Amino acid sequence: MTTLSTPARAVTERYEMVVGLEVHVQLRTRTKAFCCCDTAFGAPPNTNTCPICLALPGTLPLLNAEAVRLAVRAALALGCTVHETSIFARKNYFYPDLPKGYQISQYDRPLATGGRIAIGKNADGTPITIGITRLHMEEDAGKSIHDRYGGATAIDLNRAGVPLIEIVSEPDMRSAREAVAYLKVLKQILEYIDVSDVNMEEGSLRVDANISARLRGETRLGTKTEVKNMNSFSGVERALEAEFVRQCTLLERGEKIHQQTMLWDGARGEVRPARSKEESHDYRYFPEPDLPPLRLDRAWIEQIRAELPELPQARQARFAESYALPAGDIEVLTANAKLADYFESVARQHGDAKSAANWVMGEVLAALNATGQSVEHFAVRPADLAKLLDLVRDGVVSHSAAKQIFAHMAETGDPPQQIAEREGLIQVRDADELARWVDEVLAENPTEAARFKNGEKKLLGVLVGLVMKKSKGRADPRRVNQLLSERGG
Amino acid sequence: MTTTTSAAEAVAASLRRMDEVKAGADGLNCILWSDREHALAEARAIDESRAQGPLAGVPFVAKDNIATLHLPTTCGSRILEGYVSPYQATVIRRLREAGAVLVAKTNCDEFAMGSSNEHSAYGPVRNPICPTRVPGGSSGGSAAAVAAGIVRIALGSETGGSVRQPAAFCGVVGVKPTYGRVSRYGLVAFASSLDQVGVFGATVDDAALAMEVIAGRDPLDSTSADVPVPRYRAAADRPLEGLVIGRPKEYFPPSLDPRIAALCDRALDALRAQGATVRDVSLPHTDLAIPVYYIVAPAEASSNLARFDGVRYGLRVTGDGLRGMYEATRSRGFGPEVTRRILLGTYVLSAGYYDAYYKKAQEVRTLIAQDFRTVFGNGVHALFTPTTPTPAFEFGAKADPYEMYLNDIFTATANLAGVPGISVPVGRVDGLPIGGQILAGHFEEMTMFQIAYALERALGAEAHR
Ligand SMILES: [Zn+2]
Repeated sequence: MTTLSTPARAVTERYEMVVGLEVHVQLRTRTKAFCCCDTAFGAPPNTNTCPICLALPGTLPLLNAEAVRLAVRAALALGCTVHETSIFARKNYFYPDLPKGYQISQYDRPLATGGRIAIGKNADGTPITIGITRLHMEEDAGKSIHDRYGGATAIDLNRAGVPLIEIVSEPDMRSAREAVAYLKVLKQILEYIDVSDVNMEEGSLRVDANISARLRGETRLGTKTEVKNMNSFSGVERALEAEFVRQCTLLERGEKIHQQTMLWDGARGEVRPARSKEESHDYRYFPEPDLPPLRLDRAWIEQIRAELPELPQARQARFAESYALPAGDIEVLTANAKLADYFESVARQHGDAKSAANWVMGEVLAALNATGQSVEHFAVRPADLAKLLDLVRDGVVSHSAAKQIFAHMAETGDPPQQIAEREGLIQVRDADELARWVDEVLAENPTEAARFKNGEKKLLGVLVGLVMKKSKGRADPRRVNQLLSERGG
Repeated sequence: MTTTTSAAEAVAASLRRMDEVKAGADGLNCILWSDREHALAEARAIDESRAQGPLAGVPFVAKDNIATLHLPTTCGSRILEGYVSPYQATVIRRLREAGAVLVAKTNCDEFAMGSSNEHSAYGPVRNPICPTRVPGGSSGGSAAAVAAGIVRIALGSETGGSVRQPAAFCGVVGVKPTYGRVSRYGLVAFASSLDQVGVFGATVDDAALAMEVIAGRDPLDSTSADVPVPRYRAAADRPLEGLVIGRPKEYFPPSLDPRIAALCDRALDALRAQGATVRDVSLPHTDLAIPVYYIVAPAEASSNLARFDGVRYGLRVTGDGLRGMYEATRSRGFGPEVTRRILLGTYVLSAGYYDAYYKKAQEVRTLIAQDFRTVFGNGVHALFTPTTPTPAFEFGAKADPYEMYLNDIFTATANLAGVPGISVPVGRVDGLPIGGQILAGHFEEMTMFQIAYALERALGAEAHR
């Protein structure tokens, strides 16, 4: 069902996909939403628990102020209106990894509503924007482990009570690619403002989709289904495509779409209906009596807004304006805030933004990818990289020597000048020494020398290369070029 | 309360009294769990440290729905049989830090749901004044323990009259504080927006002293209020001149037993004689309290009791798969009254019924609260009413649940409005104790105690005849 066979494509062409996403994001707090337990990922099972998150009789929730701060920060970054009063509600359902038998969430009075983010441009240059219906706070459930103990399910409650925000979009996306673009922008914004690890593999970002199909030109929404269990961006794209094909095929046959939950099976590349029990919940929401309404001071909200860092799109616009870089470079350099900070620091100290951009996109990213390091822990600090670029610009080291120096810097963190001296990589521009290397190369290669002197200019490159080799890369190639040309007569 | 005896002697006397009155399952059945050696050891430690806390060496008991270390916390339910909490409730901690010694946990209606103590999984409590009658509920065990002279101070809990009503039935003093006055941390939740820990005292002074110790903001309970705690015992000496006491007509309906009405009017005369002014007032939404209460409380209970699922603690009965385990555990673990309220609560919160029941009930609840605000905003300092429409009834007399629910008709309003109330003995009918109730505005416990002290002083031994 995943690959669009020719007949399937013919069917889908007459229809339009309509998608809205519900994204759960774990907030990066030190402690849980309603108790003081650690939120660290990967601790031994049930060690990050206490009477409150185990829901022992008589315990009460205590709201984590840092979780509220991060949720408000996220809401503001997504252009939402943060409400001065919001209300926690209980979402009731039975499941072994939900200790209280209800999840503390927000229902009819969420923290924030009415945001909007741009995810790209249409062919005519107009921006594609996606509305954010609401953003509310809630707590995570624990984990059920079904496959480790024969005939039994194990429960790990370390995750129970970890703070989440749920971000619900409008049904504004018209393709699986737009859905993925939205997720990428959302992830990027949340990374920029430092509220979450937004790691889909570790589960700190989770996506459910509402999808419907309608004939092109139709303005009413069709019956939607909910697609769950998508564990990567590519999974989202493939799942939406598969569900869209399924819906279009049914509609084309004149059948009805049933409002139901579909589960994505990535291994088989298909969606299948969830068992009816998994979708027949009546959550019996009611206001959480153990927590008073959450009241936020308008001035405090404005202070959080003032503390927001520059967001990705603003940064991209400024990079285009201040550094005159091509769009492709900007996209790479602003992929995350730390990399953009790094680039800007190098560019500001060195002065030549294009050269800084080339080095950051080339050597720096290659080194980071090779070691899996994050840029903020990278041994080559921006000031040292800027100095290295200064050395290249001033002709003190050659470009190829600079690459060797950079490799040493990445290993040792030493400053470039020191490495250049230690490794003898300072470019030699002394005329006598250069002349001696040129003469030696000509003497050692009499045939090539003769042909070159007889006017075979294409041998110039070969001879420059030999001189560079003899100098162990230290010779200034421009001068060598000049000297050889003089001798070529 | 000043104790001249040592803590060890006081605790030993309390334990002796338990035996004398047959407090266990073969007698009054007011005591569920006790650990004599532990209590005595704690008392000896207090004597050795010469602790000077306001309750140093005073024995007390706590209702079985309040989390305690060492002793089980079962809420009178099979589903928590044998469960011992790894942490203690804030109220228990505060009493112990003041030097009091927990000697036992007391019987109660299962999960505090009931008005007669007939709904305990561990059997009913007998009223010490008349053992063929109920002690009231749901904190019947604590009321009976005070009435039987086992302790002078006992903790109970209120959701809809569960301290005041048994206090009235057993002839002791019972306090329901303002919602938010006392921490709920460690009180096993029944209906969170109504629940409040309350105290029983042999006298008004015992109750006032215990309240001084347990009241006040607790960072572990977000609904506890940051309001200073006065020295309630200072209310003992305050004259009543200038106080206006309301007599709400809805609490004195024509159907009220005239003997109870007469005892209440005698109490009002006594207050008038001490300088108070009595004024007829009206709280027009009073008759809606029971229907509202029996929507709001079961709704919250259906959610609060979801955690008793057999997964982490308490009873687990295996069944067919996960659902089978849930069903077997909860069917076996919960008694019929708890089951009835969970079903009722689940129903009123269901999609399609929420607006008609729960939302409507909350709206009416604000009207009931508004009644109190209006009357207290018009120069009335407190209200005086009978605590219950009848004295303690015989076992099995209220077989119809709705009949039983009506016994809370004068007490449930205070829980819905969040205001404080106290029940004080005002006399007897057919040898059975009758309680008079004083209700005051939010955090006006001082006024409430002031009137309670005056009433106790005026009626003296009369109240117990
Ligand atoms: Zn915890």
